[in-house]
Amino acid sequence: MNASAKRARWRRDLIGYAFLAPWLIGFVVFSLGPVLASLYLSFTKFDLLTTPQWTGLDNYVRMFGSDVRFWHALKVTFTYMILEVPLKLTFALLVAMALDKGIRGASLYRALFYVPSLLGGSVAIAVLWRQLFAGNGLVNQVLLWAFGIQGPAWIANPDTSLYTLVLLAVWQFGSPMIIFLAGLRQVPHDLYEAASMDGAGAWRRFRKITLPMLAPVVFFNLVLQVIEGFKAFTPAFVVSSGTGGPVDSMLFYTLYLYQEAFAYFRMGYASALAWVLLIVIGIFTAISFFTSKYWVYYEDDSR
Amino acid sequence: MIRAKTLFIHAALIGATFVMLYPLLWMAASSFKPESIIFTDLSILPPRFDFSNYVQGWHALQESFTVFFSNSTLIAVLVVIGNCMSCSITAYAFARLQFRGKRFWFVVMLGTLMLPYHVTLIPQYVLFQQLGWIDTFLPLVVPKFLAADAFFIFLMVQFFRAIPRELDEAAVLDGCGPWRIYWKIMLPLSLPVLATTAIFSFLWTWNDFLGPLVYLNDTSLYTVPLALRAFVDSAGQSAWGQLFAMSVLAVLPIFLVFLFFQRLIIEGVAHSGMKR
Repeated sequence: MNASAKRARWRRDLIGYAFLAPWLIGFVVFSLGPVLASLYLSFTKFDLLTTPQWTGLDNYVRMFGSDVRFWHALKVTFTYMILEVPLKLTFALLVAMALDKGIRGASLYRALFYVPSLLGGSVAIAVLWRQLFAGNGLVNQVLLWAFGIQGPAWIANPDTSLYTLVLLAVWQFGSPMIIFLAGLRQVPHDLYEAASMDGAGAWRRFRKITLPMLAPVVFFNLVLQVIEGFKAFTPAFVVSSGTGGPVDSMLFYTLYLYQEAFAYFRMGYASALAWVLLIVIGIFTAISFFTSKYWVYYEDDSR
Repeated sequence: MIRAKTLFIHAALIGATFVMLYPLLWMAASSFKPESIIFTDLSILPPRFDFSNYVQGWHALQESFTVFFSNSTLIAVLVVIGNCMSCSITAYAFARLQFRGKRFWFVVMLGTLMLPYHVTLIPQYVLFQQLGWIDTFLPLVVPKFLAADAFFIFLMVQFFRAIPRELDEAAVLDGCGPWRIYWKIMLPLSLPVLATTAIFSFLWTWNDFLGPLVYLNDTSLYTVPLALRAFVDSAGQSAWGQLFAMSVLAVLPIFLVFLFFQRLIIEGVAHSGMKR
């Protein structure tokens, strides 16, 4: 390569990196550095005031060995997700299929169903939820008015409090619904017509056409919802006044992490919690991706 | 037969819509009701439009909601500007410029999309504490000027790649450098994706709770969500009317943005699964 070509290439690189610089700085300072730092901190005892003390695997040993709240927080988070994700996606798919039939006002329904997704994560809605499911709240008032039943104090009762958060999540089925609708548009309608002519009923058409054609979208929604589920924080925090109670029944993993870090200032331990979560999410995503080839059918597949 | 079926679907959809939206409508109505009837009145129409809950709620905390709304607005506007600028510059580099290591950095950028915020939260907090940025808006805003929201970069790269390259090539022949091409050609053609970025940046920032919760302790710096949370924990049990009034005001901007940009928002969700 001659000198002038070399110089031109240097110049090209220089311009490229000049444009990339803001992101590159941000990446090093706000992502790469912190990820490495939190890995280091997870092996230390650190209270923000004194310098971190290396304690080796102590945090992890304590977490898996003797920390009851850690296991409890995991259990709460998984219970929440096992209920919330399938229910939400089922509703989303059902409503999307109803709207895909070319009925009048579909776009109005779609917009209205999306409103809860738009607002659901906000503190205002969590505040509303606290009233709705209080002992004398709206839900019980409606039950009393309609059926004459005196309902329990849903949030104050540890047996039911988590279900109010599940309901809050399912209520926000609008965004997976919109993604399903976009997917349903791609399914060629002549497939249904052909199947109908062959005498396939509604259930068979759903099983044999809709579901296989929609599998990539279901998969995408599932991964998205699982990741969102792990990250959920605001509702649990506001509804339980930051405690995760009663009796830790709403102690999401994220909430536990927040308490360890910013209420007790056990930054080292909280970093270890964060790394465990990172690995759990990583494993989950990897499983979804590796198994997807067995149950997700892509149109350009040779199968 | 077919008409009966359509009718049934409409009935089911209208019923479902009502059940879903009833709590919201009831909250809006209750914000106009006197405290004494909120817990017993199921109606979604208030007896009359009495704004006293709004007036009292506005001044119920140590600082008035004027402060909280200004704080939220300031942060949201800065984040919108930061995201639109920094993400488009980065996306331009990935979509159009040629340089060594580009593919590698692109993969790294996509990798940060998968990174849950928990892992960076604590070291970032330590960093900002060292810089003396706790109790300022800087931790919430500065990262956005350094393209921290990889999601929008990805979105813009997709968009930029669809812009015909002939336009750049013609501009190069006319003697335009990369900066002019970015500024004079790419940006003006990218208004749709910039609008999507601006709208979602606004919605997410306005609703954000964890960031302000961690970084802002001083009441005079509170954003609206923080103020609502302080409100519910202090006076909540005795002042639902006022609390609802402030909650309605807190979600009103989001609702208005949705009303005006409904198409863009729904398309955004449909194409890329944006949610929050």
